[in-house]
Amino acid sequence: MSFDRALRCRECGREYPLNPIYSCEFCFGPLEVAYDYDGIRDAVTRETISRGPKTLWRYAEFLPCDPAYKVDIGTGYTPLIRADRLAKAVGLDTLWVKNDTVNPSWSFKDRVVSVAIARARQFGFTAMACASTGNLANSVAAHSAAAGMECFVFIPNDLEQGKVVGSAIYRPTLVMVEGSYDDVNRLCSELSAQYPWAFVNINVRPYYAEGSRTLGFEVAEQLGWRTPDHVVAPMASGSLFTKIWKGFQEFHKVGLIDEPHTRMSGAQALGCSPISTAYEARTLNFVPQKPNTIARSLAIGNPADGYYALKQMQETNGGAAMATDAEIVDGIKLLAETEGIFAETAGGVTVACLKKLVASGFIRRDEETVAFITGAGLKTLEAVVDEIEEPLRVPARTERFAEALAARQAALVGAAGGR
Amino acid sequence: MAAKHVRLTFSPELIKAPLIYQMGHEFKVVTNIRMADVEQSVGWVVLELTGEADEIERSLTWVREHGVRVDDATLGDVVEG
Repeated sequence: MSFDRALRCRECGREYPLNPIYSCEFCFGPLEVAYDYDGIRDAVTRETISRGPKTLWRYAEFLPCDPAYKVDIGTGYTPLIRADRLAKAVGLDTLWVKNDTVNPSWSFKDRVVSVAIARARQFGFTAMACASTGNLANSVAAHSAAAGMECFVFIPNDLEQGKVVGSAIYRPTLVMVEGSYDDVNRLCSELSAQYPWAFVNINVRPYYAEGSRTLGFEVAEQLGWRTPDHVVAPMASGSLFTKIWKGFQEFHKVGLIDEPHTRMSGAQALGCSPISTAYEARTLNFVPQKPNTIARSLAIGNPADGYYALKQMQETNGGAAMATDAEIVDGIKLLAETEGIFAETAGGVTVACLKKLVASGFIRRDEETVAFITGAGLKTLEAVVDEIEEPLRVPARTERFAEALAARQAALVGAAGGR
Repeated sequence: MAAKHVRLTFSPELIKAPLIYQMGHEFKVVTNIRMADVEQSVGWVVLELTGEADEIERSLTWVREHGVRVDDATLGDVVEG
């Protein structure tokens, strides 16, 4: 059973019926789902949740859709891993990595799309659509295929092959749009008004965005029904960042955990950092930017939830940081080499920013921290393909292998000595 | 008649320019400010424009040419990662 009650404007508080709409008619503020928390409180306990499926549907009572319409390809309840080696490398006593790379289409977008497609089916839509540079497209195409729904995916025409194939394999109608990033944005905004499709982050956005709260629910449950001292999460539109915190607050509201005092910090790439830049300038008004970064999954120059992300940092005594492309690559490598997790560029941004926030003293060594890793590295191979160590190339003879190994070890010792 | 909701972002050197007033005089569009926040270093205005669709587009091209950034008022970027 679902306990969604209405859509409410985040600015003026006006309420609307649960329809496929996304902005307030009066002030144009974004709409958000409002819930009957008393109903949820009566319906769930730690025990009922613990007995649920090992997917995000264990939190079905908190989701704004009737689970009868779900398309379950196994999203959610991903591992929370104690990351001692990474903790040591960055200078923390206790660090956890929420590893969302292991979702069905290898990113956290499966969470938001799970909710969007269930709600779209409940509304009676027969076609799904989205505009994306990769992760969202992959997830919408995969879920639509599993549901047997029509799917329209709009992508910029200069996308890397891996991302194109990662959507095309599910056989959506794939549209490569000629023009700039802004042109793709404009076209898709206009199309959403003309076609009777569920555009996941336009007309069903209020429902879609709610899926990210499950990351907060899972972390709280996996830590033993409590919240960490500090969170570091990537920011694109800022939605994921704000919904993790909303998840913590809601678990408290229905009596599942104590009041959260987590400090929420966000991570962006320097080449697309409207939110982090505004944080540094101590203003809630960000200036939109033209993205130019290898972290394309975070390349949202005009973030819809930027203001709310900044407000949340202020309210939780959190902060923000930004990472250069070189630091992003180093972050990907550090996570892989210390914890065995291969993240896409957004993960590199999170690790690089975590490192900076600890180094500056903003995150204290004794703060128990959770870093959110939201997508898998095989999606962005080109970011690191020139950065990996050359393999040893040897004929199939033992003595030649021994020679090559000795030469490599000598080179490593030499390099270490030269530092 | 068409209506469009846009967010205009002004850089510091443009904050004092009466561009919205001029838009309403240069083009046959009705400008209606719905939300705004203007600081010393940056300012934004959420504007409702009504008029013929072509005229609205011409007015937005004009304001872009003056260096103002024009975005969708409610959604932010539609292309996601």
